[in-house]
Amino acid sequence: MTVTAPTPAPATEVPKSSGTRLVDRVFKMRELAILAVFLVMIAITQMGNSQFLSEQGIKDLLLNATILVLVATGQSLVVITRNVDLSVGSTLGISAFAAGTYLQGGGNPVVAVFLAALLGIGCGLVNGLLVSLGQVPALVVTLGTLYIIRGIDSIWVGSRQITAADLPGSFVDFGSGGISAVPYLALIALAVLLVTAYYLKHFGSGRELYALGSNPEAARLAGIPVRKRILTAYVVCGGLAGLAGAMYLARFGNVDSGTGNGYELTVVSAVVVGGVVFTGGSGSVYGAALGALLLTSINSVLPALGVSSVWVLAINGILLILAIAVDRIVALRVASALKKRNARHG
Amino acid sequence: MPNVPATQLKPFTTLWGRPAAVVEEPLMTHPSDTGPAAVLALKDISKSFGAVRALRDVSLELFPGEVHALAGENGAGKSTLIKTLAGVHRPDAGQVLLDGEPTVFHGPADARDAGIAVIYQEPTLFPDLSIAENIFMGRQPRRALGRIDHKATHAATAALMKRLGVELDPDRPARGLSIADQQIVEIAKALSFDARVLIMDEPTAALTGSEVARLFGVVRTLREQGSAVLFISHRLEEIFRICQRVTTLRDGAWIASEPLDGMTEDDLVRRMVGRDLDELYPKQEVEAGSVALSVRRLTREGVFTDVSFDVRRGEIVGLAGLVGAGRTEVARAVFGIDRWDAGEVEVGGRTLTNGAPSTAMAAGLALVPEDRRAQGLVMDMSIERNIGLTGLRTTVRTGLMDRGAERSRSLDWAVKLQVKYARIADAVSTLSGGNQQKVVLAKWLATGPKVLIVDEPTRGIDVGTKAEVHRLLSELAADGVAVLMISSDLPEVLGMADRVLVMHEGRLTAEIPRSEATEESVMAAATGRAAA
Repeated sequence: MTVTAPTPAPATEVPKSSGTRLVDRVFKMRELAILAVFLVMIAITQMGNSQFLSEQGIKDLLLNATILVLVATGQSLVVITRNVDLSVGSTLGISAFAAGTYLQGGGNPVVAVFLAALLGIGCGLVNGLLVSLGQVPALVVTLGTLYIIRGIDSIWVGSRQITAADLPGSFVDFGSGGISAVPYLALIALAVLLVTAYYLKHFGSGRELYALGSNPEAARLAGIPVRKRILTAYVVCGGLAGLAGAMYLARFGNVDSGTGNGYELTVVSAVVVGGVVFTGGSGSVYGAALGALLLTSINSVLPALGVSSVWVLAINGILLILAIAVDRIVALRVASALKKRNARHG
Repeated sequence: MPNVPATQLKPFTTLWGRPAAVVEEPLMTHPSDTGPAAVLALKDISKSFGAVRALRDVSLELFPGEVHALAGENGAGKSTLIKTLAGVHRPDAGQVLLDGEPTVFHGPADARDAGIAVIYQEPTLFPDLSIAENIFMGRQPRRALGRIDHKATHAATAALMKRLGVELDPDRPARGLSIADQQIVEIAKALSFDARVLIMDEPTAALTGSEVARLFGVVRTLREQGSAVLFISHRLEEIFRICQRVTTLRDGAWIASEPLDGMTEDDLVRRMVGRDLDELYPKQEVEAGSVALSVRRLTREGVFTDVSFDVRRGEIVGLAGLVGAGRTEVARAVFGIDRWDAGEVEVGGRTLTNGAPSTAMAAGLALVPEDRRAQGLVMDMSIERNIGLTGLRTTVRTGLMDRGAERSRSLDWAVKLQVKYARIADAVSTLSGGNQQKVVLAKWLATGPKVLIVDEPTRGIDVGTKAEVHRLLSELAADGVAVLMISSDLPEVLGMADRVLVMHEGRLTAEIPRSEATEESVMAAATGRAAA
């Protein structure tokens, strides 16, 4: 037998978790990278316009992000399960109007918020049932409910409009008030974010959302109640969209039949920019929240720098594609690095 | 196998009546008369999917402390039987008995709670989650308020890895694990809930010698601890090595349950295929011709290094080595799917362009990939269109496809390769694994290749089809095609190859002529003990 190149390496040697460290680092980096981009952007803007980070400036920044953070958190749960909810904009709109109508008739603000969330949960329940029981692609189902809910909203609302004058003063004050620079609404969003993140990391059913997004067939074989989990994700997503509707009302005091129109695309952008992978199983709500913060901040940054706000949409689009490109490149790099390790160590 | 549509296959009784089915003596022999009760049993189970009767009155008993083989060709109903045991399918008729008590599994969770663990042929891991989470998904140790105890999960996983004698980091994500390591994770999963019944569906299909030995060590330990193991493998020698009894299925019907003691491989094959099998390795002696494929100092950084070899017309060259040694990667680079960093590839004297499969195809190179589901076939497309894919250039005239030409060309090849199908317009996904492999072969043979690279041509396909694939390869070589055969199945390499090339850790470590090739010499080179 001809020996061309003997390499005397023991076949039993196994790499010591170098793969883990690499992957860990990459995913921590993903959220850190968004944070870094955000901070750099803020720093540059502050240098160009020293008024930007005034107390009111910070407050506006947070207030603008709040509603998107809330809806993006809910959307993340759904996207993690390898689904999507396109109806969140319509849900937000109809919940906001429902809460407004109730308050207009002299209702209690706390009950109004619950009412909005409950209406959102109802919408989420419909979506969840259609997706999990009907075995229909989520994209199509929720595109359908997007139009249905918006249609019902339009018929109900007609050309009516709710303005801040129709609402109790305490409710409107709560919407714009806060503890120094931190708005109350932002605190609520932060609380929701922390609870959701904790749930996803530390509870079995939270981990199972990742599992079924990562490999639906394996999830079924592992005995995970797939339909129930998907339903839960949609219900939470709808509920948070409803809650966001109430907060929208409190913040802007102005709701009509077009409220939240097209919002679903902003939400999905925020989630994807934040590193929640669209094919499911990976990403965090913190990332999604940072993505939301980044996208909404651009709205404030451009005027502060004297750039026309017509650029906002284009820049959002660029960020979205950039995020996906980065994810893809990183994923390929990680995969080939892991493969090379396997190849070398058998 | 005769080329009859599956729907017209003769019923079991007539098959049974054939002279080749020589089993006359009573077949049902099991130790239940004397020994302990079966921990898990199936009694007269039937299951249909639409018009297809996957299982007909099948019975099976698993006893504690035995490794029980389930034998049968692809499409015999083994997978359906396993899924019935695992609670994935509910039988249409018959009973599942757990410790002698009739039981109904409403889902995989029920079967799991009853102590039944299944290791499927296709890995069922969550690529995004860590090894520890993969093992304990749905059953994580809990702290107060139902929160997951991540520390305990990690520790328990580390303990399992130690017990299995492997070094895998519990926090590493499952993505990128080798198939052998994925199996280990699956076994660890089964161990983690003290499974009384372990069902292994072709666990060794993608493993090499030492990994199989490691796996069998674990299986023996489990058996000694009183577990029942149901073992499925197409490698008959493994069945004889590790199992005590065997149940054979054919076309969804129960054929026999009997001890393996005193049986020969031929006996078992006869039960499985219902007739005597022609030679498994029908290798024809062919005078090697001119060099058809020449690979010179091919290197892809970090994957393989300095790989040089020739394949001549009429030759079958085996490329052996452990999984992950870089064999598939070399094939992919030669064909132009991946780029190489240095070196040269010539086909019939023409130098190939780096990273351009179309020039490789034009030069007469064909590659039948390792993973037929993901790389070789469009599963939802019809048989005719799958075969027709490589011929688009020839069947397209004036920009439009000539469907008639495609159909006749596809039919021609399907018949030549004896693909067993109902209608040529059926989706490929309806075929059994062996027949799918034939479709991939047909697709590439239709291009009239001068050089054929086949990667694991018989992985996961039954002995009957395996022999047919081997005969086909041998005939191709006799027709002057140069064949490069990558295989982890050592008997196959030794039985079919004129020369054996061995790779170890990205390098070519040995070139062994047919006369000197033995399991020992190939394994020595494959594990880097080349000097021995």
